[in-house]
Amino acid sequence: MGAERRSEVAAEPIDPDVEPIDPDIDLVRTGRRQGVLHGQGPILAVVAVGGALGAAARYGASLIWPVAGAAFPWTTLAVNAVGCAVIGVFMVVLSEVWAAHRLVRPFFGTGVLGGFTTFSTYAVDIERLVEAGHARTGLAYLALTLFAALAAVWCAVAVTRRVVVYVGREAER
Amino acid sequence: MNWVVVVAGAMIGAPLRYLTDRAVQARHDSVFPWGTFLVNVLGCLVLGLVTGAVTAGAASSHTQLFLGTGLCGALTTYSTFSYETLRLTEEGARFYAAANVVASVAAGLGAVYVGVALAEAVWA
Repeated sequence: MGAERRSEVAAEPIDPDVEPIDPDIDLVRTGRRQGVLHGQGPILAVVAVGGALGAAARYGASLIWPVAGAAFPWTTLAVNAVGCAVIGVFMVVLSEVWAAHRLVRPFFGTGVLGGFTTFSTYAVDIERLVEAGHARTGLAYLALTLFAALAAVWCAVAVTRRVVVYVGREAER
Repeated sequence: MNWVVVVAGAMIGAPLRYLTDRAVQARHDSVFPWGTFLVNVLGCLVLGLVTGAVTAGAASSHTQLFLGTGLCGALTTYSTFSYETLRLTEEGARFYAAANVVASVAAGLGAVYVGVALAEAVWA
């Protein structure tokens, strides 16, 4: 969780330490021991708006691609995998390239992507499938979502880091 | 109307995750992402309750959209969960990464079952 930021595009192999572990909060910037709401108004506002946009997009996806009760919940799986890929790109760009305004990360990372993806629907869908006698579908959904989400974030981070290094080298020529 | 209900729930759920995550993360020094773990399990418990209530006929579809799709959907997150898991493996904390995956799924599912059982006990 390095505190220092790169001012220029990195030409060296990327040290992932500059990227935080928790993308949702920035304790270095917001301070650890202040009151819970101290100076949080603008952040809470953009998180709320971002969350509303993300959740609306997820709701829209569920209307466009509805899934019947006992069927495999492809829509939620796809929503979660896409959200994981996007957060991978976003966090690398934000850590390595773009010294963005302090509200960009709460708005997009915490709000939009957090509102778009969901863990609770994932867990409830597994329970519903198992209770309806479709235990195999439920377990397959459990495992496949985990695999898709982790593969998506891993690939997105790896590819984005390579692109950042490549672009940095080209810029130095 | 459905959209308004979903958006209203999300506008409560998303800041709630931010505040909970921040409050939890400021209070421990471990690399384990307790903040995200906690909101995900909490959201699973609430959505289990809501799902159970809807099944028992005690909650309307608007309640489900508001509390379930909106509030719990925005309170919980898969993107932060998987990004944190990846970062833990990169930092060499492979045990924490594996523990995060296993514990989040196990506790999330457990919370759903508890929520559904509670709802059935109360409303069925």
